[in-house]
Amino acid sequence: MHRTGELFGQYKTMEQQRETASLGMWIFLSTEVLFFGGMFMTYTLNRSTYPDIFSEASKTITLWLGAVNTIVLIASSLTMAMAVWSSQAGKKKLLTIFLIATLVLGCVFLGIKGVEYHQKYVEHHIPGWNYQFEANADVATNAHTQLFFSLYFAMTGLHALHMIVGAGLLIWLIKESMRGRFTPAYNTPVENIGLYWHFVDIVWIFLFPLLYLIDRH
Amino acid sequence: MPREHYLNATYGIRSWLLTTDHKRIALLYLVSVTFFFFVGGAFATMIRIHLLTPTGLLVTPETYNKLFTMHGVAMIFFFLIPSIPAVLGNFLLPIMIGAKDLAFPRINLLSWYIYLVGGGFVLYSFSTGGLDTGWTFYTPLSSVYSNSAVTPAVIGVFINGFSSILTGLNFIVTVHTMRAPGMTWFRLPLFVWAQYATSIIFILGTPVIAITLLLAGLERMFHLGFFNPALGGDPILFQHLFWFYSHPAVYIMILPAMGVISEIIPTFARKPIFGYSFIAGSSIAIAVIGFFVWAHHMFLTGQSTYSALAFSLLSYLVAIPSAVKVFNWTSTLYKGSISYDTPMLYALGFIGLFLIGGLTGLFLACLGLDIHIHDTYFVVAHFHYIMVGGAVMGYVGGLHFWWPKITGKLYPEALARIAAVVLFIGFNLTFFPQFLLGYLGMPRRYHSYPPEFQVLNVMSTAGASILALGYLLPMIYLTWSMRYGRVAGRNPWPATGLEWQTDSPPLTENFEVTPEVTWEPYDYENRPDLGLAIKGTPTLAHGDD
Repeated sequence: MHRTGELFGQYKTMEQQRETASLGMWIFLSTEVLFFGGMFMTYTLNRSTYPDIFSEASKTITLWLGAVNTIVLIASSLTMAMAVWSSQAGKKKLLTIFLIATLVLGCVFLGIKGVEYHQKYVEHHIPGWNYQFEANADVATNAHTQLFFSLYFAMTGLHALHMIVGAGLLIWLIKESMRGRFTPAYNTPVENIGLYWHFVDIVWIFLFPLLYLIDRH
Repeated sequence: MPREHYLNATYGIRSWLLTTDHKRIALLYLVSVTFFFFVGGAFATMIRIHLLTPTGLLVTPETYNKLFTMHGVAMIFFFLIPSIPAVLGNFLLPIMIGAKDLAFPRINLLSWYIYLVGGGFVLYSFSTGGLDTGWTFYTPLSSVYSNSAVTPAVIGVFINGFSSILTGLNFIVTVHTMRAPGMTWFRLPLFVWAQYATSIIFILGTPVIAITLLLAGLERMFHLGFFNPALGGDPILFQHLFWFYSHPAVYIMILPAMGVISEIIPTFARKPIFGYSFIAGSSIAIAVIGFFVWAHHMFLTGQSTYSALAFSLLSYLVAIPSAVKVFNWTSTLYKGSISYDTPMLYALGFIGLFLIGGLTGLFLACLGLDIHIHDTYFVVAHFHYIMVGGAVMGYVGGLHFWWPKITGKLYPEALARIAAVVLFIGFNLTFFPQFLLGYLGMPRRYHSYPPEFQVLNVMSTAGASILALGYLLPMIYLTWSMRYGRVAGRNPWPATGLEWQTDSPPLTENFEVTPEVTWEPYDYENRPDLGLAIKGTPTLAHGDD
């Protein structure tokens, strides 16, 4: 493991190393936009084909759990931003505290998500697995609502996967932060993982209205 | 030969498998893409033998479907797409801009391992039932009806995509942040511009094919309905998402080859390249416009006439930057002092074949004509002119051009020239008859054909065997030259790029001191310091061999 702010051989200055890492992260996030973009496209097309079905299926998801999760995730973005600020300001203790807070909020999100998935399992709303929308739903309704839930699970599942990766990165950050590795001169990993975390939050900010808030007014 | 260089700096299998040196990773890629080239080539050989007779000579119809599918998957995803970027780009990009390595050397190694894992899944699919969906994986055939090993193939191509994404990311960041002092954007070699344009497609296109294949794979594994009309899904959506990547992927294959040609032409015409900034800009233009033409693969899907019209016009637009390149290469040749060394033969061959491939592309972009020749051998001939006549010619030409730099040895020139001509003749004999077959109405992907098409098919198969010889020859003499070739010296052609000012083979750090660039690119008129006037005399800077 490299010590605080070690310069890798291919770079000339720390400044160059920092810029390189940051640009790399931004480009990675742009690939992520396109990655999720394919699914948003699939969602958009299917919703415009089956607007009523999507509205009906969407109402079976528990709104308040999603709303709480949205707040939890926004709060985690705040603590992440505070963590980045702490590392820039050289407040090492505070950095560790904010990172742990972010990790805890992320885990709360995943836990609530797990509760929601379990509800869907109980309701036989898991696509391809004893799927039954309602007790007496006809074949077409079953097929088309199943499309909604396929998208629901694919989109939130991929998002959750990103959260899990983010949580893993946070654990590593917390470990390094407790060893006092990050200083105002060297905090690139905090900044970049922060960027990643914010990106994953933003994805949820789109997912929540698209999946939970159809025709709820 | 220099006493110490990247090949002998360290020894042992670990020093290769755990290397972060971009030059060694390039060689790892060279070996692995060559392997897949021969896998794909073996399938192609069987296809051509099968088509010797109208009823088919060799295999059952089901096996024939698998042959052309596996040929396509191996060649496109595991040879053509990584070939020039991951081999030549990896080796040259840092040296050309005067850097010690790529921006992220460990990610570079990771991308090779990802490629291997993806390739492993695909080989598993090939050897446990094969794949018969066509390389396009169209749904619902791939997601519901096919009885072949689709799932591992989809997983393999999905995983391999991340190898491309990481390579593209690495290249873009490297060009932005790792250039040597004085290496301004408009002093970059055109090969670097081409790699940069390619990388844009890597990072913006590849994620879309990844998610599309992921959805198709989930659909197959869990019987979902995203793209299955029986369950309310839309198979046309799959085609849109697929081609949103896979048409730009064509430019992933051809743009780097254009970069190679832009290096070779001025070197052997002894002239500055004509219209540097236009060639550089046209690479970016092709990458950008390439994202807005995908639905020309779908003129027969019943899409609206107006959107077809728009996509047809946008497809025509790609001809402009492509023509800019061809005209500029030709203008560079004008009044040049041309020598016909092996790389130049490939470059000239490239221009001719790309011209035919490009112009027939306009036929296919034309709405009315495309309905006649859609899914015929005309399309097969067209894209082989671009991909084999263009991309592979560029790749093999580039390998010859930089072989002295990569290995420090010269290959046998006379034999190499003969091989280049054999390749050119074999290629044209294989694929030109296919234009005629397609225009006469022979559909692609059929295992049999009406007897009147036999003469042209036999010609094509005969050409393919000459073509195979054209590929085997370089394979043999290039390998031979690594041990027995004459020592090349730093700058055997000689050429102006930074890569020619360091040792052959280069040091692990590429340069003893970071170079400072004070000259314009391709300045063949004002560089007496390189001994450019005395053409053909290798400058043995570190000649202790």
